[in-house]
Amino acid sequence: MDGWSELDNFLRTDPRDVGCAEALEMLHVYAELSAAGGPVEQRYPGIAAHLRACGPCNEDFEGLLAAVRSGSQ
Amino acid sequence: MLVRIALGEVRRRGPQLRIAGPELDDLAYQAAADALVAITGKIGQFRGESLFTTWAYKFVLLNVSTKIGRHFWRNPTVPLATEDWDRLPDRFGFDPAREAEWRDLLAALRRAVNEELTPRQRRVFVAIVLNDVPLDTLVIELASNRNAIYKTLFDARRKLRAALVTHGYLPDELSRR
Ligand SMILES: [Zn+2]
Repeated sequence: MDGWSELDNFLRTDPRDVGCAEALEMLHVYAELSAAGGPVEQRYPGIAAHLRACGPCNEDFEGLLAAVRSGSQ
Repeated sequence: MLVRIALGEVRRRGPQLRIAGPELDDLAYQAAADALVAITGKIGQFRGESLFTTWAYKFVLLNVSTKIGRHFWRNPTVPLATEDWDRLPDRFGFDPAREAEWRDLLAALRRAVNEELTPRQRRVFVAIVLNDVPLDTLVIELASNRNAIYKTLFDARRKLRAALVTHGYLPDELSRR
């Protein structure tokens, strides 16, 4: 990817993005559904949009997903 | 159990953190302790939408992030007040050999940062984009919360893109991704 599209992607905002507070509020439900292979994007499009754009929330999501998977082994 | 999750998380994130072994373990124990306090305080809010453990783990992860943010606030790799615009091309992967193509774009971006953003938006943009300050560290520096900083950056991104579209540097349509 070149600088133009990288900058463009960074500046682009998704109107569905719910923000950190709402995403984190539901993160346990979202992570569990995601770990089970459920349709998280369709059911929670605003959270999915947020996790695509917010590094720290996505990091917490990845961590929670890893924790859920380690617990279910 | 909370400690096991916290240790797992700091090890998962360890490689990108530049924090060493004992310090990292210490951070995990502190995060687990704080998570236990949060879980105890909020237990009445658990609504059974997930396993109890998943809900509880979430507080461990959030506290690990807070501790990591605090660690970088105490040990900054770049002074928080720096403002180095020369880092911008590299930050977005612009090819130095093709500077003639992007020089005007980045000059326009810098102008928009200075003219379109509020002082608060400008400060958040400079810290996160130019200085690579982790968002959770900026939360501590500005005595704010993640949601508020993200929203400030979100509004700044939207304004900056609109300015670049107005001046013909970026396309108007929404589809190209
Ligand atoms: Zn977020």
